[in-house]
Amino acid sequence: MMGTDSVVKVGIADMKLVRDEGSIRTTGLGSCVGLVLYDGRLRLAGMAHVMLPDSSFTKEATINPGKYADLAIPGLVALLNRHGADTSRLVCKMAGGAQMFQAASGSDIMRIGPRNVEAVKEQLHKLNISIIAEDLGGNKGRTIEFFPETGMMHVRTVYAGTKEM
Amino acid sequence: MEYHHITTGHLDVLKEIGNIGAGHAATSLSFLLDKKIDMKVPAVDMVSFDEMTELAGGAETIVVGIFLRIQGEVTGNMFFLLPLEQATRYVQIMLKDPSHTFQEPPYEDIALSAIQELGNIVSGAYLSSLSDFTGLSIQSSVPAVSVDMAGAMVGYGLLEISKVGDHALVIDTALNEEGTQGVKGNFYLILDPESFSIVFNSLGVDE
Repeated sequence: MMGTDSVVKVGIADMKLVRDEGSIRTTGLGSCVGLVLYDGRLRLAGMAHVMLPDSSFTKEATINPGKYADLAIPGLVALLNRHGADTSRLVCKMAGGAQMFQAASGSDIMRIGPRNVEAVKEQLHKLNISIIAEDLGGNKGRTIEFFPETGMMHVRTVYAGTKEM
Repeated sequence: MEYHHITTGHLDVLKEIGNIGAGHAATSLSFLLDKKIDMKVPAVDMVSFDEMTELAGGAETIVVGIFLRIQGEVTGNMFFLLPLEQATRYVQIMLKDPSHTFQEPPYEDIALSAIQELGNIVSGAYLSSLSDFTGLSIQSSVPAVSVDMAGAMVGYGLLEISKVGDHALVIDTALNEEGTQGVKGNFYLILDPESFSIVFNSLGVDE
């Protein structure tokens, strides 16, 4: 669950923590949203790779909270709290929510990126966590990596290089 | 129909669907390009979302992806993923112009339309053979094209399935141009969960 050095990998619909010299990374974000909640005093960060906005229509027997925006954010906050983080100190950096395919048809599926972003923001607002950096929307896939020691996030897009935020 | 009710008999049926579909797709591609196209034996795999990304070549691998939504009595998502060099080669053949490339942006509109049309033809062949085989009405949305990270595209194919679990049953078939090495195009068919019983019933296979 917790990494202290090297790179912690967060898969699709997954969430994990990292602290100090380590980094945490998720690859190939398209319509999904990758978000980091960070407690700067502890140099402790949690990342989730959210796939869907809302768990209320799920038919799953056992729900994986990392998959849904409405569960991933409270879930990640609880996980961070268990490791000593104070919710009032948490800030968020997030990226993703792109619309990879431009098409008139199948529009419900095509709009999932913006809906994920909206749902994540709604949850953050409820918990009074501010977003201090974001790189959202557009039509490009992204890979993100976060470094708790510096509090910086690297966002890589194809052919556009890596930007720090 | 839930995944744990799927038997090896069902998997054989799904494999046959991949076989028939990709066989027709290969033939249509062969006509379009006037090249011999081979089809590999299809694989039917139960994969986690991360494994699906690996199957597609890795999250950050840049591919040309053609995505379409299957509509009608059967619903689901279909992907046709091509390595950049293969998509480049197909478009050069189709347009009879060796200057077109997907190796780096900007991509020309005509190259994107050509690859979309290729996607339309081969997926149409795949789905109409599936429709003939099952007697079910199956249509598709207009294919959408993207050139980007494979991982960023496969998420769309997993959306419906992700509402019921953390795994996808994917029918994977590979097409190869004869005489070429290592370059191929892959079809991934991910039916919506409720479509499995419709397909099996139409073929008289017990659930």
